[in-house]
Amino acid sequence: MNEPNPYLEADALPPSKGLFQERWDILKRNRMAYASFWFLMFLLGLAVLGKIFTQTVVVFDPKVVRLSEKFLPPFTAFASTLTPKEDAPVLGIYLLGTDELGRDVFARMLEGTSVSLTVGFVAVGISLTVGVFFGGVAGFYGRVKLGFITVDTIIMRFVDIMLCFPTFFLILTVVALLPPSIYNIMIVIGLTSWMGTARFVRAEFLSLRDQDFVVAAKSQAIPEWRIIFIHMVPNAIAPVLVSATIGVATAILTESSLSFLGFGVQPPDATWGNILADGKTFLFDAPWLTFIPGFTILFVVLAFNLCGEGLREAFNPKLRSTS
Amino acid sequence: MINFIFRNIWQRIVLLIFISIISHAIVHLAPGEPALVDPSNPRMKPEDIQRIRTAFHLDEPLHIQYVYWVNDLFTGELKSFKDNQPVLGKIWQRFLNSLPLFLIGTLITWFLAFPVGIRAALSRDSMFDRTSTFFSYAMISIPGFFLSYLVIIFMVKTFDVPVIGMQTFGLEEAPLLFRSMDRVWHLTVPAMMSAIAGTAILSRYVRSQMLEVIHQDYMRTARAKGLPEDQVIYRHGLRNALLPFITMFGLTIPGLIGGSVIFETIFAWPGMGRLGYEAILARDFPVILTLNFISAVLVLLGTLVSDILYAVADPRIKF
Repeated sequence: MNEPNPYLEADALPPSKGLFQERWDILKRNRMAYASFWFLMFLLGLAVLGKIFTQTVVVFDPKVVRLSEKFLPPFTAFASTLTPKEDAPVLGIYLLGTDELGRDVFARMLEGTSVSLTVGFVAVGISLTVGVFFGGVAGFYGRVKLGFITVDTIIMRFVDIMLCFPTFFLILTVVALLPPSIYNIMIVIGLTSWMGTARFVRAEFLSLRDQDFVVAAKSQAIPEWRIIFIHMVPNAIAPVLVSATIGVATAILTESSLSFLGFGVQPPDATWGNILADGKTFLFDAPWLTFIPGFTILFVVLAFNLCGEGLREAFNPKLRSTS
Repeated sequence: MINFIFRNIWQRIVLLIFISIISHAIVHLAPGEPALVDPSNPRMKPEDIQRIRTAFHLDEPLHIQYVYWVNDLFTGELKSFKDNQPVLGKIWQRFLNSLPLFLIGTLITWFLAFPVGIRAALSRDSMFDRTSTFFSYAMISIPGFFLSYLVIIFMVKTFDVPVIGMQTFGLEEAPLLFRSMDRVWHLTVPAMMSAIAGTAILSRYVRSQMLEVIHQDYMRTARAKGLPEDQVIYRHGLRNALLPFITMFGLTIPGLIGGSVIFETIFAWPGMGRLGYEAILARDFPVILTLNFISAVLVLLGTLVSDILYAVADPRIKF
């Protein structure tokens, strides 16, 4: 009679793997996504180090101009008699060569790493904030009427309007008309890419709105902003964050396209995009000025895309391969 | 059905009005004016600037300027700030240049993406699937202008063919055959370049759509009936997988303007995207606004067409 019920026992035990652990394992199985993930972590570290070493403790100085050392190919040793000794690159070697002003390309790429990633992350951060806010308001207060139309209608029509603008053309218009500054570029890219997030968050909120935990929270008279941001947003955010990974990649590409047209981040700030855009003029004399930033952008954006896709698969059971 | 179409058109007209108001506000509120494009020009005196401002109604309040713009646009009187040419004529001429580039780009995209996507879905996890997946990600990730430069160098060095511009300089008097061949050469590379990213994205969509369809019950039924495999896949499978692409087809139309800025600049192709880019540089407000307006019209038309087609193609959708 007192035999323990094996099914009940099993119920009492905690699941063998946590949710996070399970998803992590799925990501691990996708080798390319996993490798991309660590590559991006490495890149983040590099960006932080690059920021420190090019600005705070200047080891690699991207701003030193050495006119006698123009267009040196990668791995050239420093052997100039004209340039003062203190302007020599670290270790006495130009790892990635020099550009048209004799600046060390390695130092510039290092500086560009942090700037490019900042542009990507801040732009995506802005687009997430705006998207979650509008999506959340439309989903939560959707039934509230302002005059004769509902809040939901107003916001979603506005999203429709924004979707009708040709994005790149709009970015170009605004960036060209505003004074050129790195902040304007981040803000503009962010403000033109939040519509997908808003739609997604709204759809999630519509299904979360009537679930028990929300009703329970309401019954305890928890303030509404708290219900939205502390109770509901965390339940809707995971897929949004995953697509944000791909958003960072898109933002980096957009910045490089803007740089190509001359509206990107302006000198003296170096980004991969404007190193590439400046280098293309010297494609035949100094191909490394084009190839190094070009392939860097390719690999980094590829890593963001692959990693984002791997995460999406891990977070969405429907996409997993059954094999 | 008629009701549905009219309601849709009405909604879109309302949207269009709001879009035009917002884009007008963005362009006019941003700093920088047509009169100030060339501030270092010593011949620009304050009274000249004032004359320009009056001529272009730039001193009027914003909503009056908006009325001027709409009025001029619909009477066809709208003139470019830059060279005083009628805007609609300018855009029409550029549109004719953009159209072949866009059509060929779209054709390449659709004719490449579907076979690749279907094949990848059918042989899931095979070598082909993995390679095509990796390549499509690589193609999405590469900056378009960087790839274009590599291809231009490659084409010019290996095949020795002209790729920049719309035609080779000095061939205007040549016989029709040579001129058309010349045009084809100039068209090929930019069309390919503008098709690459689209092909990569579309083939991914096709693959995931096919994967979704392949495990459906009706596929199993079709096989159980003893139909040949080709018929199962292309008649029963592909047809159902195609449905969402009707929507996508409508959404490619606006690519005529927005997607082409970069490529038209690289290949010196005098199309609509480049017209917009030049107009932005010159603060040519009427051209910018009209291009924005046209592209919004194209987007709305595209979604309208795809909504209607969707309803026609899928009997499950009711009005």
